[in-house]
Parts: sequence; C-alpha cells; structure tokens
Amino acid sequence: MFTPELLLNAVVAGLMLGSFYAAVALGLSITFGQLDIVNIAHPTFVILGSFVAYIINENFGLDPVLIGVLFMPIFYFIGTTLYRVYYASFERTGQESLSGLAFFFGLMFIIEVVLILTFGVDYRLVEADYIGQTLHLGPLDFPYRMLVPAIAACIVTGAVVLYMNKTFMGKAILAVSQDRLALQLMGANPLQVKRIALGIAIATAALAGALLIIIQPVEPSVGRMYIGRIFAIVVLGGMGSISGTFLAAILIGVVESIISTFYGPSWAPAVGFGILLLTLAIRPQGIFGRA
Amino acid sequence: MKLDKFWISVVVVLVAGFAFTKLVDNEFYFFATYVVLQGLVMAVAWNILGGFTGYVNFGSAGFFALGAYTMVALNKAFGLPLPVMVLIAGTLSGLLGLGVGYISLRLKGVYFAIATLAIALVLETVVNNSHYLGGAAGTYVIQPKESFIFDNYIELLFMFMLLIAVVATAVSRYLSASRLGMGLAAVRDDEVAAECMGVPTLKLKLISTTTMGIFMGLAGSLFPFFVTFVDPVSAFSLLIAVNSIAMPMIGGTAVWYGPVIGALVLGVVQETATVTISSELNLLIVGVMLVGFITMAPRGIVGLYEDYKAKRKGQNNG
Repeated sequence: MFTPELLLNAVVAGLMLGSFYAAVALGLSITFGQLDIVNIAHPTFVILGSFVAYIINENFGLDPVLIGVLFMPIFYFIGTTLYRVYYASFERTGQESLSGLAFFFGLMFIIEVVLILTFGVDYRLVEADYIGQTLHLGPLDFPYRMLVPAIAACIVTGAVVLYMNKTFMGKAILAVSQDRLALQLMGANPLQVKRIALGIAIATAALAGALLIIIQPVEPSVGRMYIGRIFAIVVLGGMGSISGTFLAAILIGVVESIISTFYGPSWAPAVGFGILLLTLAIRPQGIFGRA
Repeated sequence: MKLDKFWISVVVVLVAGFAFTKLVDNEFYFFATYVVLQGLVMAVAWNILGGFTGYVNFGSAGFFALGAYTMVALNKAFGLPLPVMVLIAGTLSGLLGLGVGYISLRLKGVYFAIATLAIALVLETVVNNSHYLGGAAGTYVIQPKESFIFDNYIELLFMFMLLIAVVATAVSRYLSASRLGMGLAAVRDDEVAAECMGVPTLKLKLISTTTMGIFMGLAGSLFPFFVTFVDPVSAFSLLIAVNSIAMPMIGGTAVWYGPVIGALVLGVVQETATVTISSELNLLIVGVMLVGFITMAPRGIVGLYEDYKAKRKGQNNG
C-alpha cells in the first residue's frame, strides 16, 4: 500500500493539480479578494470555458489551450458587461450583500441549466495529441494531461501578478477596495477599474475552463465541486493576494492528491470544504494574509 | 389569544386539505401539491434566518438531506412510527442549525453564506461514502402498507406536509410579530448597534438558526417516503437550495407572508412547467425569475403590491 514512491508521485500530481487550481481560483481572488464581489458563479464560467473549448475542439480540432487563450477577450467582454449589470442593480443602491449573493447564485444556476439543456448531462472531453501520454523522469510520472495545464496555469498566474504589480491599472485594481477616494485623487475612475478587473477575472475562466477539460471530462454540474475548493483557496491565501492564492492552491492540490491516493478519490471533494471550514473557524484572515 | 383572521384561515386550510384527500382520487394532484408545500416549508424556514436576520444560508439542501437521511437510518435500524422518526429528524437538523448559529458568531455576511454551503457539501461527501445510507448509488425506502385514515400513503404524506407547512408559517408569523422579531430585524439592520443597545443578538440568532434547521429537517424528513428512493443527488439537489432562496426573494423577504406567496407562485409555475413543458425548463424558470426579481423588484411581490397601493393612494389624493 504505502510506498515512498507512491507518496512522491502523489505529491508531484498534487503540485500539478494545485497549479491548475490556482488558474481556477485566480479570477475569484480578483473579484472576491480585491473587489468584494462574491462571484460564486465563477466556477460556472470556468465550465462555460470548458464547453467552448469542447465545441471548437470537436469542430475545428484546435488545441484546447489555444482555444482558451483565443476566447479570453470574449470572456473579458462578458465580465465587463456583468459588472455594468451588477453595479446598476446592486452596488449603486448598496444592496450588494444579500441581493448580490443571490444574484450570482441565480446566475450560476441559469448558466448550468442552459448548458444542461444544450448538451445534456453527458461527460464531454477534448482531443489533443499529448493527452494520454506521460513523461517519465526516473520514478516520477508526469502525465501530459496534467503537466500542460499546470504549466499554462503557472504562466497565466505569473502574467496576472506582473500586471497587478507593474502597470498603473493593475495597481489601481489592488487599490480600489482599499481606498476609493484616494484612487479617484490619483486620477483613476473606480468604476472603470472594477469593470476591467471583473473582465480580467472572467477572462481567466476561459483559459481555466480549457485546462479543466484537458484534465478531466466535464459535465455541466462539475462546477459546483469547485465552489468550496476555490473559496477555500482564496480565503486560505489571504483574500486577494495573488501569490498567496497560488501557494494555497498548491497546498490544497497536494493534500487532495495525497488523500485520494491513500483513502480513495470520493473523499477528495471534502478536503477543500473541510480546510475552508477550519480556516474560517480558526484563522479567517488566511495563512498568508495579514492579521 | 383572540381568534383572528390568521387562525381562522389556518383551520380553513387544514379542513380544505383534509376534504381534498377525501374528494380527489387522482394521485398526481397530491404529488404536485406535496412538492409545492415542501418548497413552502423550506422557503418559510429560510426566511426565518435570511429574511429576518440577513444571514444568507446557501446550504438549505444540507439541512433537508440531514432530515431525509436521518429517516433512512432510523427506518432501517429501528423502523419506528413515522411521527416519532419525523420528530427525531427535526431535532437533529435543529441541532445542526444551532451549530450553524454559533458559526455566525465569527463569520458574517459572505463568509457565513459560504460556510453553510461548505457544511452541505461536507455532509454530501459523508453520505456518498456511507455504505449504510446507500452511498452514492442511493437506497430504497418502502412505504408502510397502512395509511392511517387515508386512502393511500401519498394522501397521508400530503396531509402531514400540510400540517408542517401550517406550523412553520405560524411560527414564522409569531417570530416576526413578537418582540423577538423586532430584535431579529435589529440584527439584520445593524448587528453591532443592536448589541450595544442590549439586544441579545447571539440568543436571537441561535433561536433563528435552530428554528430554520428544525423546519428544513422536517421538510426533508418525509422526502424518503415520498420518493421511495433516495440518493445524494436528489436529497442534496441544488434545486432545493435555489428554491429556498428564490421563493422568499420572489415573494418578499421582509414580512412573514412573503415566502408563502413566493412559494405558492413559484411552486405552481414550476409544477405547471414540469407537466406541460419539461422539468429542465422549470429549472431555468427558477433561475430567471430569481435573477429577474432581484435586479428589478428587490422587495418581491409584496413590495410590488405595496408600491402599487401607494401609487393608487397617491392618485386618489392628488
């Protein structure tokens, strides 16, 4: 049963899985962590990205990762539109807490049902040459269906970190939830900043969705499993710190991978929620957050 | 307590429900009304916490399923009489509600909402891995042969659920009208200020979450006998969670009769859509109605009606 080699492979698989989780949690880290917008529909946008990748891959045979990248502008536009609706309906009137939450809950439900009505509840998958092949390095196995998404996830996370820290707009996004007035004095329009931020957040879902469908077959309600997982990651990562989110994602990926290797995969979904509950109860500011 | 319109209508509803079981033979009507009533209990229970105190519970399905699976376990282990098992199921989910109430000490707003969602999913994972409860594959529950004074078991379940619905509504009405209700509203509007003014916020929240838990558990407790086959997908269904939020939101969360109106409207629309069009489309209707009402009529049908009345009054005076 227990061998060091098995443990080592579980950890490696967890590292790759965790990197991918970071790509999924990235968008939520921006919306929830930095804009205070509780987008619980984020995983559903990821699933939407998976289905876009599925349709294009099925019909034109394009590489899923490429499709994900190509559709980022369209998802960006969906995100900015979403912010306009959200602002006009809730933020302007100060009702974002209860109504805003219920709004995203309803939105999640609508997207999921439309996907079920269109595609049914069958599992869909994509085709690419590297899926199914494995890179062997000594005792370690790197299946390409995990390795490719992990690398792509690291690149997109790195790109967002660079954008946030190096550009004016990125810094403005980091600033918007802290001090709106100061931001306005610096010559940035908070509404525009938030719109762009939500656009970026949803854009990352396009890529994350494409990565997800490389890793595993996808059906419309898969997204629900990710709600707890990515909220756990964002809260654990200290709310809005992108690098904290990345580290938390790796942590959860590794723990899940070890649990599913030694106790069976049906327990893995409880890991995210379990860690989330523990974090909320013991240290709500997260491991990497400031007290 | 003096006999007012509310208690008269309670008696009328119960008598009408009983007459319904004696006069109507077609079992479909009992299935349909049972589902509407189950939604009503969930909506009223959700509103006792969500509408009165402002704490959003996303994990309604968890409470519901706890009630349902308690019944499955009790029925399998001891085969006790139905009312006894129902009371135990309600008590257990009431205790879960009490626990959730303590969580609200540390977690406000969004964090509380996500914690409730997390609890539901942890429970689902536990059930999925529990061989005794049927695991992910589900389990069969056999309806007892005898059905008390009713012609068949579904009529008995219908009447039982009607009773639970009436009790839930009465409790919700009592909570909102009493001093306790004022305290709950104070928690919703400004918890810190309420605490400073001497409102026992923790006690009130605990009462609120426990009551919610009890009724959600009761709503779920009859479910295994209603469907005779329970699996995690149906017991933890997202539709249950969405409905229990959508119904109060559509009806209006501020008053006790809001969720009742919302549940009746949405429930009837859903049942009609399921029969005439398809059950998937009925899911879409819930989502669209929920989002539509929140964005365009945040105070629900009750709010729309009040606006309409105010406008009429304004026209008459001017």
